[in-house]
Amino acid sequence: MSAYIFRRIWQMIPTLAGVILLVFFLFNWIGGDPAYVLAGLFSNQEQIDSIRAELGLDQPLTVQLWIFVKQVATFNFGNSWTTGESVANIFATRLPASLTLMAPLLIIETLIALVLAVGLAWVRGSSVDRGTMVVFTALMSVSILVFIILGQYVLAYRLGWFPVQGWSEDYWKNISTYAPLPILLGLAVSIAPNTRLFRSFVLDEVDQDYVRTARAKGLSEPRVMFVHVLRNALIPVITFVISNLPGLLLGAFLLERFFGIPGVGREIILAVERSDFPVIKAVTVYVAMATMIFNLIGDVLYRLTDPRVQLR
Amino acid sequence: MNMQSHPASLQNSSGPLASLMENGPVSEGAWALAWRRFKSDRVGVWSGITVALSLALVFSTLFGSLASDWEKEVAISNAPPTWAMSGFQGDDANKAIPEIVLYEPTPTDVADPIAAQWELAQKAVKPAGDKVNALATHLPMGSDKWGRDVLAKTIKGAETSILVGLAAALMATLLGSVLGAVSGWYGGIVDDLSNWLYNVFHSIPGILLILAIAAVLNTKGTMAVVLILGTTGWTGTYRLIRGEYLKHRNREYVRAADAIGASNNRRMFVHILPNVSHVILVQFSLLTVSCIKAEVILSFLGFGVPVDGVSWGTMLTEAQNDLLVGKWWQLLSATAAMSIFVTGLSLLTDSLRDALDPKVIH
Repeated sequence: MSAYIFRRIWQMIPTLAGVILLVFFLFNWIGGDPAYVLAGLFSNQEQIDSIRAELGLDQPLTVQLWIFVKQVATFNFGNSWTTGESVANIFATRLPASLTLMAPLLIIETLIALVLAVGLAWVRGSSVDRGTMVVFTALMSVSILVFIILGQYVLAYRLGWFPVQGWSEDYWKNISTYAPLPILLGLAVSIAPNTRLFRSFVLDEVDQDYVRTARAKGLSEPRVMFVHVLRNALIPVITFVISNLPGLLLGAFLLERFFGIPGVGREIILAVERSDFPVIKAVTVYVAMATMIFNLIGDVLYRLTDPRVQLR
Repeated sequence: MNMQSHPASLQNSSGPLASLMENGPVSEGAWALAWRRFKSDRVGVWSGITVALSLALVFSTLFGSLASDWEKEVAISNAPPTWAMSGFQGDDANKAIPEIVLYEPTPTDVADPIAAQWELAQKAVKPAGDKVNALATHLPMGSDKWGRDVLAKTIKGAETSILVGLAAALMATLLGSVLGAVSGWYGGIVDDLSNWLYNVFHSIPGILLILAIAAVLNTKGTMAVVLILGTTGWTGTYRLIRGEYLKHRNREYVRAADAIGASNNRRMFVHILPNVSHVILVQFSLLTVSCIKAEVILSFLGFGVPVDGVSWGTMLTEAQNDLLVGKWWQLLSATAAMSIFVTGLSLLTDSLRDALDPKVIH
């Protein structure tokens, strides 16, 4: 096992190098000269030159690449171009809001989708199952924007059950007042695709020999479904949830933007709007790193929960 | 079974095998079989009809004159839909148009320096006799803030959104298929390099990569959206097609083709490709759905279709502000159009997958 983990970490190096190259290629080669963006409309050549020297843009590309590699290695991406705030500080201050929103959302959506999936697999092929699947497909075709716009308008603006938007310093106030509506809308969007996926995981198990054996032993159907089948269907679910964990770092772009939640997702959209390259570069590299690490954790957990899985 | 149904063939002196080859039923091809399976799927057929009709609409917009005058002011601002002209709506509309005084009239003792030009300009804009009243007060789906027909806008928006989705999906599928085919067929260093590229793109979450490229390109327009979604969407197709080519590489029919001297390209794209084309087709329609959804979000965030164009995404942007003053029809129109097409395409994809996969039991 430790040899496997070590080899996987070893294999991450070329991928990480690729991510660094891709980001560098995108921002330093395709992206054009950021000095013009930074200096603004009314600038002279001197100002542009000084900005270029400050950012190291007057150096050859290889030197610039080396600067970027050093930034990644030291976790120091410098300051935001628009606000001057250090990128590390932006992350540290925006992450709690994103987590407050995303962690409950991930837990609740997984639980609800799992129960629905087992229930639907139980009555598989029936009109309830087929009807629900068609309704879910239709729900999935409605843009997340519509859910948010309508939900915010009806539930918050018209009915006044929730605040229209806002965020505070206090964690309990956030979770009890400001987070419920975004979480509810996040659920409305994610339940349908998750249930469809989890249902297919459960259906992969229901025709296995061990299920027939359990029934032959005379076990009750709830026990067969919720103990025997569910336990095995949980394995791909765990992998799926773990591979989605890096999304916690990204937050929910649209939810955060609509509800004025000062999270990482909103910060990324602001950065894209302002061409604030250091922030986008940092987020991309960090989230890629997190994805690789979480994928490894997912594979190791897969091995721990299912002894049949051979790690190579 | 066949022989029992053809008793005559048993009496044939040349034996049952020869008779089968002579007058036995010709077995159906894979596509004919799939078509037969597809036809028996009612949901699939109806969703196929929906998608076909939508595409016909898109192409008649593209090449014909349908909805080409969507930018024309044909109604009063925010005219409600015809079928929603109930009592309170009328009251609402009356109240909603107050007397707006744009500027305080200048005192008569101060001479207006541009009075002459102003009058000329007024005449040019509003020729005598053409009153504002000529504009419709209600339309089938209402009108937007600038008095444009929402129905025409929705149709024009469908053209943009669907074409962008199709083009981006085509680009992504093409990239993924070619790279996957080459990677799975040649193996070795080509495979290693493509896998490395796949790992790099795969380790960055899709939406983040899309936004990063949008930030770098910093240009709005439909081509930019196609480029962004096409270059980020190829990974799933690549993985699947590579697996298929690995599987097919050593099959007998490919070896046979090798034996008669077929070149690498011929074996890859003439012999194997038809056998994996069903995977590509399903991937293409899956990608179209996700690209349409992504286009809507990108346009909404302002990185997609520019303001002088119209797509379902830009309509939702306007609809958000409309809704705050109680004008819901633009939201309804764009949402309904998008739901119908995307649901149709999703259900069609499911049916296609079932029909094309012989392993699924019917």
